Amino acid sequence: MNHAAAHRDFSPEVSRGPYAPPKARYLGFEYIPAERQLLHSFFNSKLVQAALLILLSLAISAVFSHWIAPVDPLEQTLRARLKPPIWEERGLSPYYLGTDSLGRDVLSNIIYGLRISLLVGFVSVGISLVIGLTLGLTAGYKRGFWETVIMRAVDIQLSLPLIMVALCFMVIFGQGLGKMIIVLAITGWAEYARTVRGTVLSIREKEYVEAAHALGFGPWTIMVKYLLINAITPVLILSAVQVPRVIILESTLSFLGLGVPVTTPSIGMAIARGYQVLFSGSWWASIFPGLALMLLVACINIVADWLRDALEPRSREHN
Amino acid sequence: MGIYLFRRVYQAILVFLFVSGIVFFILHISGDPLSLLMPQDAPPADIEEMRQSLGLDKPLIVQYGLFLKNASRGNLGVSYHHGQPALKLVLERLPASLELVVTTIVISLILAVPIGVLAASRRGTVIDRASLLGSLMGISAPPFWIGIAFILIFSVELQWLPSSGRGTWAHLVLPATSLALYRLALFIRLIRAGMLDVMTMDFIRTARAKGVNEQKVIYKHALKNTLIPFVTIAGMQMGSLLAGAIVTEKVFAWPGMGRLFLDAIGVMDFPVIIAWTLVTATIFLTVNLAVDIIYVWLDPRIRHEK
Repeated sequence: MNHAAAHRDFSPEVSRGPYAPPKARYLGFEYIPAERQLLHSFFNSKLVQAALLILLSLAISAVFSHWIAPVDPLEQTLRARLKPPIWEERGLSPYYLGTDSLGRDVLSNIIYGLRISLLVGFVSVGISLVIGLTLGLTAGYKRGFWETVIMRAVDIQLSLPLIMVALCFMVIFGQGLGKMIIVLAITGWAEYARTVRGTVLSIREKEYVEAAHALGFGPWTIMVKYLLINAITPVLILSAVQVPRVIILESTLSFLGLGVPVTTPSIGMAIARGYQVLFSGSWWASIFPGLALMLLVACINIVADWLRDALEPRSREHN
Repeated sequence: MGIYLFRRVYQAILVFLFVSGIVFFILHISGDPLSLLMPQDAPPADIEEMRQSLGLDKPLIVQYGLFLKNASRGNLGVSYHHGQPALKLVLERLPASLELVVTTIVISLILAVPIGVLAASRRGTVIDRASLLGSLMGISAPPFWIGIAFILIFSVELQWLPSSGRGTWAHLVLPATSLALYRLALFIRLIRAGMLDVMTMDFIRTARAKGVNEQKVIYKHALKNTLIPFVTIAGMQMGSLLAGAIVTEKVFAWPGMGRLFLDAIGVMDFPVIIAWTLVTATIFLTVNLAVDIIYVWLDPRIRHEK
């Protein structure tokens, strides 16, 4: 299967990793089917289980935030301005995590804000995926003129800092949830295109693809059944890395006032508002939203690491 | 190698032209700066006069041609807001930003290399687990929020370090460390993974077999080979840090060019926005080019290729 795996047996530290897979042997090489590896490492890692559990509950609270949030996140209650969390002396029910300078509930803003983070993260990565997959597949399969055009565009996109591109686009288009999703999707497609094209190039000359050509399968069948199938794993791994990146970028843009409009509760904006009252001692309004975002992103990153380790044999060595 | 270099330089110039064009055109279609510059009740004649004096009455393509011509002489227009040359404004702020970025990179490299090597050479131990968990937290936290948390802990509660401004080294500590945390975490992960990768290679086995002591195997043979590909990523991070520092500059009121850019966005000061974008893009492209050249020079396999 992979030569690196064979080398492993000579190393003195073979089975010290936290989730060492069971070894089936086939002609002297390790052979573990991907889905078994995935399940096995899942059941062996408490960390991954916990992360998925937290993610699931965050997703549920995002979907049902209307019922779960104790207060309307945008509701301003002047008599409850800058209330500390409930366990402190001046705390006020139902503001469990306190309120900001306009009397808006921090917890409700977090619940609604994470909903926006998840929405932006998954939708814009989904759009980048579709764009990148299509262009990468076209470039790798058709070659020639279109490949040059697409890969030049990829080069240009990747040779600029992501945050700069996103900032410039947001300045140009102005605030808005839909606009931001599109802008973040535009900034993310290039890596998909590059990855997919690379995979396609490495497969298109294989004998079984040639055989498919010889059997008279059309280009669509070959692209979907042979090339696309093989691109799924790298694309999945890339997505798992892209989602947290996009979520942090979203909160950054919103923190700078260039992301979602003021009427949309978002983590970045909640932190920005909390930052304004930080020096008056009201730490909860900026610290809690950030902690919540960190929890979300850390869980996604744990899942991403797990997917990568399990699906990509080369990186499995490292854990 | 000559052809390779030529292609890279050519590509960098192409990207630069593309960026300048995109930024220029879209910015000018997106809004009329005069509506923000002039008072609401200004007489139309005054608005027209202002428009002509800023050259905003000419067709877009002519404006872009003029812009490119002037840009090649280092003239990116006069800031609508400050009344000074935009490029001069941005370049005045550049040292402050570079100070922050370079300190950040130095901090992350100095800490990341030993931690990454230690984690890799003691795989599975407490040190390794702790570094993995710590770096996971590091890449998961938004840098601007880390800055806010640092201000809360070290400025508001402990009152050890100043929370804003620039001047002494004490002012630099919080912004640079909060900005460094993400890169530090990223670098630790990369070095650890790179080391583990290299440690499975044949030449490491050979070195061990011929009795080289483990310290030497790790630092001389493995680390050297890990650092070569790492240079590329660290260098690219340096370029993107310059753009990423914007948020940190805002949180710590650091007088760098990112803050200038943010202020310029608020008042639609096109020349400053364009100047910032072009300066950042230029530095980013130059650093990446330099990193590529260093990489080629470091790796004898590529260096000797004809």
